[in-house]
Amino acid sequence: MQFGIFSVSDVTTDPTTGHTPDDTERVRAMLTIARHADEAGLDVFATGEHHNPPFVASSPTTMLGYLAGVTKNITLSTATTLITTNDPVRIAEEYAMLQVISDGRMDLMMGRGNTGPVYPWFGQDIRQGIPLAIENYALVRRLWTEDVVDWEGKFRTPLQGFTSTPRPLDGVPPFVWHGSIRSPEIAEQAAYYGDGFLHNNIFWPMTHTKQMVQFYRQRFEHYGHGRADQAIVGLGGQAFMRKNSQAAWDEFRPYFDNAPVYGHGPSMEDFTRDTPLTVGSPQQVVDRYGSFIDDVGHYQRQLFLMDHAGLPLKTVLEQIDLLASDVVPELRKIAEAKRPQDVPANPPTHAERVAAAQAQGKTGATHVGDGGDEYTGKRAEEVLS
Amino acid sequence: MTESTEERDHRTIAVVHAGLGQPSSTRLLADRMAGATAAELEALGHDVTVEVIELRDHGHAIIDAMLTGFPTGELARAIETVTQADAVIAVTPLFTTTYSGLFKSFVDILDKEALTGMPVLLGATGGTPRHSLALEYSMRPLFTYLRADVVTTSVFAATDDWAQAADTSGRDNEGSSLPQRIERAGRSLAGLVFARGEHRKPADPFSSTPSFLDLLGGQ
Repeated sequence: MQFGIFSVSDVTTDPTTGHTPDDTERVRAMLTIARHADEAGLDVFATGEHHNPPFVASSPTTMLGYLAGVTKNITLSTATTLITTNDPVRIAEEYAMLQVISDGRMDLMMGRGNTGPVYPWFGQDIRQGIPLAIENYALVRRLWTEDVVDWEGKFRTPLQGFTSTPRPLDGVPPFVWHGSIRSPEIAEQAAYYGDGFLHNNIFWPMTHTKQMVQFYRQRFEHYGHGRADQAIVGLGGQAFMRKNSQAAWDEFRPYFDNAPVYGHGPSMEDFTRDTPLTVGSPQQVVDRYGSFIDDVGHYQRQLFLMDHAGLPLKTVLEQIDLLASDVVPELRKIAEAKRPQDVPANPPTHAERVAAAQAQGKTGATHVGDGGDEYTGKRAEEVLS
Repeated sequence: MTESTEERDHRTIAVVHAGLGQPSSTRLLADRMAGATAAELEALGHDVTVEVIELRDHGHAIIDAMLTGFPTGELARAIETVTQADAVIAVTPLFTTTYSGLFKSFVDILDKEALTGMPVLLGATGGTPRHSLALEYSMRPLFTYLRADVVTTSVFAATDDWAQAADTSGRDNEGSSLPQRIERAGRSLAGLVFARGEHRKPADPFSSTPSFLDLLGGQ
C-alpha cells in the first residue's frame, strides 16, 4: 500500500497566532512540504486544483513539474485535476509533459469540482458535471493513445487531424484515478476503464465509503479487468498526532474549532468518531487506519490531509515525520499481512504499465491505433451515433 | 399495533414533528393524526408501526449536518426512518407565518430524491385559525417540490380547536371539528398507502446508476 499526503492549498489564518500567510508564502510552504515528504520516505504527494480563494493551487502541473526536478522518489499526483472545467486537450498535453519531465514518476486523479461559480468562469455549467467528465475523459484517452485524432463532441470545438504532444512516455499514458464522493456514475466510469477509484472520505462515515468502493469493485469485475478485490482503490484521511494523545487533542482543538470546513459545527469528539479524522498518538492512527482494510478490502493508496486549517509549516513538517516514522511502517506491515497474494499491493507504476503493454504486444513506441477503446473496441462517437 | 395470527402486510408510518414544548400541542396533533391513520390501515388489514421523530432532539445535529454535509449518529437513523417509511406525517408549529426554521432545516438536509413518491400528510399548529392557510401556501409547495405524494386534506389546529365540540351540523362524520378533520385526513393517507399495494422501497442510487455505455451514449 502507498502512503502519502494531499493538499487542498487553503490559505487559513492560524487561530492561535492570528498569522495569515500570503499566497506566495503558502505556495512555497507546499513546495517545502512536498520535498519534506519525499525526504521522509512517503510514497505520494498530491496537490488539489482550485480557481477561487482561499485556495492557491491553480496550476498543478507547474507545481508538480518543479517538484519532479527537486524530489527523488515520491510519486507526484493530483487531488484532483478538474476534468470538467479544463480543456481536455490541455489536460492531455500538460500531463503527458509532466509524465516525460518526471520520467513517469506521476499519476493523476480526475475530479469534477463542486464550486458552482467555477464552472461558468470557465464557460461550463455545473449541471453538466457528469456528462462533461465522461466526454472530456474519453477525449483525453484518445489523445494519449492515438497519434492523430479526429473528434467531435458536445462540449468542445471539434478536432480534425490533431496530435497532442509530447506523446506519452514510452507510448504508455499516465495511470489515472477518478475521485468522487457521492456519484456512482464516476465509480462506474473508473470501473469501465479499469482505472483507479479514490474515495476522499475525510468528511464521510465509513458506511458510505464502503458502499461506493464496493460498487466500483463490482463494476470493475463486470467490465472484465479482474476480480472485484483486485480493483485499484484509494482513500483519503486526516490525522493530527503527538506522542502523547492528550497533547495532540489540546494542540489541534483550536485549529479544528476554527477550520473553515467544519469549524463552529460538530465537536471534535463527534467528528473524530464519525469520520476518519484521528487525533491522538501515532499508535491510535495505526489502529484506526489499519482497520479500514477490513471495511473496503485491500486498497492501494492512503492519502492524508496534513497542511490545512492554518497549521504552521513547522507543525506540518513534524506531522509528516511522525507519519513516516511511526505510522506508515506499521500500517505497511498490517496491509501486507492482510493482502491476498494475487491482489496488487500498490497502484501500477509506469515501469509496470510499460511491461504490461509490452506483454500485450502494444509495445513502447507511439503508434497510430485503430482508435477503438481497448476494452470494447468501440469509439465514443460510435456509441453516440 | 394489532394482534393477528394470519399473515398481514406490514406498513411503517414515520411521524416528524417540530414541536418544541413539553408537552407540545404539535406532538399531540401529530400523535392523533398517526393514530387515525394507523386505525384506518389496520381496518384495511395491515399491521402498522408508528415511528415518531422529535426534531427538537436533533436540533444541534441538524445544524452540524448542514455545516459538514453529512448527518451522523441518531440523526442519520432518524433520516433513514423517514425515507424508508411507507408514509410520512409531517407536523410543524407555525412561526412568523410559516413552518419553523427547525422543520425546514430538517427538510433541507434530506436528499432531494428521498421523498419522491412518498405519501405525505401535513399538519400544523398555530395560535389562531387565521394562519391555517400557511399549510397550503408554504408546507404543501415544499413537499410538492420534493415530488412527494401529498394528501389533499391537511390538518391545522389552532389553540381554540382543542376545546371545540364535535360538529354535528353536517353529514355524518364529515364535520369540521378537529377530531373529525384528523379522522378524515388519516383516512385519506391510509387510503393512499393501501392503494399503493406494496411496501415502498427507497431509491437505491447504485442500482439506478446507468451503465457506462449509456452514460457515454446518453449525452
